[in-house]
Amino acid sequence: MKNKEPIILAVVVFFTLVTYYLVEPYAHSVMHKHVESENYAYADLPAINKTGDATRGKDLVLGAGACTGCHSIEVAGMPAPMDPVTAASSYGVNPPDLSNAGVIYDGKFLANLIKNPAHALMVEHKFDASKGQMHPMTQFYGAGGDLDQEVADMVAYLQSIAVEQESVTPAMAYENACGRCHALKYEKWTQIGTKPSFKYKKDELAFDIKVLEYEDSITKYMGKLPPDLSMYIRSRGEHYIKTFVENPQNYLHGTAMPRVGINAESMDKVIEHLEDAGDTKREERASVGANVMMYIIIFAIFALLWKKQVWRDLH
Amino acid sequence: MAHFEKATSVKDWLNQRLAIEKVEKVMASEYWIPKNINFLWAMGMVLMITFILLLVSGIFLLMYYQPNVATAFDSVNYTIMREVGFGWLWRHIHGVAASVVFLIIYIHMFTGIYYGSYKKGREMIWISGMLLFITFSAEAFSGYMLPWGQMSYWAGMVITNIFSLGGLHLDGLVEWLRGDYVPAQAFLNRFFMLHVLLLPLAILGLIGLHFAALRIPHVNNQDGEEIDFDAEAQKYLAGDKKGSKVMRFANDFMSKDMMVVGIYLIFFFYLVFYHYNFAMDPVNFDPADGLKTPAHIYPEWYFLWSYEILRPFSVNIGLIAFGFAQVIFVLLPFLDRSPNAVPANRRGAFGIWFWLLLIDMIVLTAMGKLPPEGAFSTIGLVAALAFIALWIALPFITAKEKKL
Repeated sequence: MKNKEPIILAVVVFFTLVTYYLVEPYAHSVMHKHVESENYAYADLPAINKTGDATRGKDLVLGAGACTGCHSIEVAGMPAPMDPVTAASSYGVNPPDLSNAGVIYDGKFLANLIKNPAHALMVEHKFDASKGQMHPMTQFYGAGGDLDQEVADMVAYLQSIAVEQESVTPAMAYENACGRCHALKYEKWTQIGTKPSFKYKKDELAFDIKVLEYEDSITKYMGKLPPDLSMYIRSRGEHYIKTFVENPQNYLHGTAMPRVGINAESMDKVIEHLEDAGDTKREERASVGANVMMYIIIFAIFALLWKKQVWRDLH
Repeated sequence: MAHFEKATSVKDWLNQRLAIEKVEKVMASEYWIPKNINFLWAMGMVLMITFILLLVSGIFLLMYYQPNVATAFDSVNYTIMREVGFGWLWRHIHGVAASVVFLIIYIHMFTGIYYGSYKKGREMIWISGMLLFITFSAEAFSGYMLPWGQMSYWAGMVITNIFSLGGLHLDGLVEWLRGDYVPAQAFLNRFFMLHVLLLPLAILGLIGLHFAALRIPHVNNQDGEEIDFDAEAQKYLAGDKKGSKVMRFANDFMSKDMMVVGIYLIFFFYLVFYHYNFAMDPVNFDPADGLKTPAHIYPEWYFLWSYEILRPFSVNIGLIAFGFAQVIFVLLPFLDRSPNAVPANRRGAFGIWFWLLLIDMIVLTAMGKLPPEGAFSTIGLVAALAFIALWIALPFITAKEKKL
């Protein structure tokens, strides 16, 4: 009697794979829009062709640019003018500290942001100056010289005070680029900073109230509270998060979420931080996985040999 | 009272009280299995192993899971996935096994249909198996509620809504099932109870019935051959192992079972470590939010075919079609009127019917997931009608079958 098992196995595998293909890759490709990465080029923004001078930039950032009226620059000894809760109630969201803006964000993006925030952030549908809807960040009209040169100088200054790209940690990238709107509770992160451990319940409640007040302001500013991102690496996945951050309008036309203008290297760090939050045991999974696979292959070989031995007497 | 003698060994002591030698013979060494069967006959053992994996991983998860709407999501995604040593492993084993167990159940079912293993005294095997399928479905659904993610919440909403039975508007029944107007704490608690107690108990009982149903008619074989098990067993026991048409369950067939299990576990653990996303829907990693309906609500893949029978029709007709799909498989032994218990490829029209049913169910499965728009809803409607037509046609085409 001829052995039909290979053909039976082929039939089973074939129908299993067809079903899998239809309900997983195919169905998801139909249900979810596929967006290709724009390679963090921010190609719609004009390039800045001037070479910036950090010394002049420093004078502009700390002086005529009036950046420190709202932003802290802790590395330059400039403290925040207001605490995060008060700042958020004034501006909608706490303006970021600029110490590492030069390394987290793309240089061209920063220059365009200084010149026209609503345009660079892609929130002109929400902040239309002609209708009197002003973006809380005032655009820089120039300090009397060549505007492009001045902007290039300011960016050069921000880049000069920032840490090296290699020194950007996952948490630093997340906290700068995402953390003022999005909590990350599995990493104990709130929009006003890492939640400390408190000795007294009263102190903890006082902190929680500050977070709630901050969240109220940002809810009013954005239309809804930006979600906690703790499990986003599992619910959205790396590709979606990366392409969404590059240009939120591609997925959600009209969304209040701004394009943040992050550079590619820092985006990888953000992803790493989200993996630390939502896929913490990925390295353990890889090493345990390799061992289990090895064990189970050896088990299967022994099972096969046992079967051959037992069945030798049967036919 | 029975007479007991001083035991000569531990085995003898046990034997006098529990008849362990007899039990071993009945259950294993003199439980006779035909030789002309293929690896598809090992699916029972594969299911048993998968069920044990589910049970053991479930026990570990149960130690940390919290059935509370405020903490359920975090107890799974934070406590189990991050804090508990190897909690992630138990969860991934549990999630992947819950999906793979249905793949094996469907292979097991279609094996039964193809080889006619529900006929001529084997009706109870089929019926108990279908009852197991239904309880496994309920078990899978109740378990899906527990992480309290978006898909848990909204699938719970949609499925409990079915019980209003469309035009009958039994909204009171739906509220009674939920214990609330919407899925909330009472809902989560009762599905937790169903998942970890009542349904596993029912499954264990039904597994016992399924095995018991197999004793008298014996296992079918791949040639539809009627075997005189007593005579062939005598032949085997007399030493003619090669000439006998049967073999012992243990170790003879069990060695093959274990070979198939070994190969299956390579596939299974590959999925657990490297390809688990198919079994853990991304949408369910968003916490439940009653104010935010997900863009696409769909059940897990193994429910898609029956979901698609519900969906393309108007509410009342859809529910009737859905009810039809739920019970019709149970009635298979009585709808198949043919006297032949042989493989489908020797049964003429029934052979065609078998492959059409398989393909139709795969089409329904695919359309059940895809959004019901344009060509997809047309294909879904046609496939749902085809499903119903195939089952209505079954008694007629099998009644015409000539006795082989």
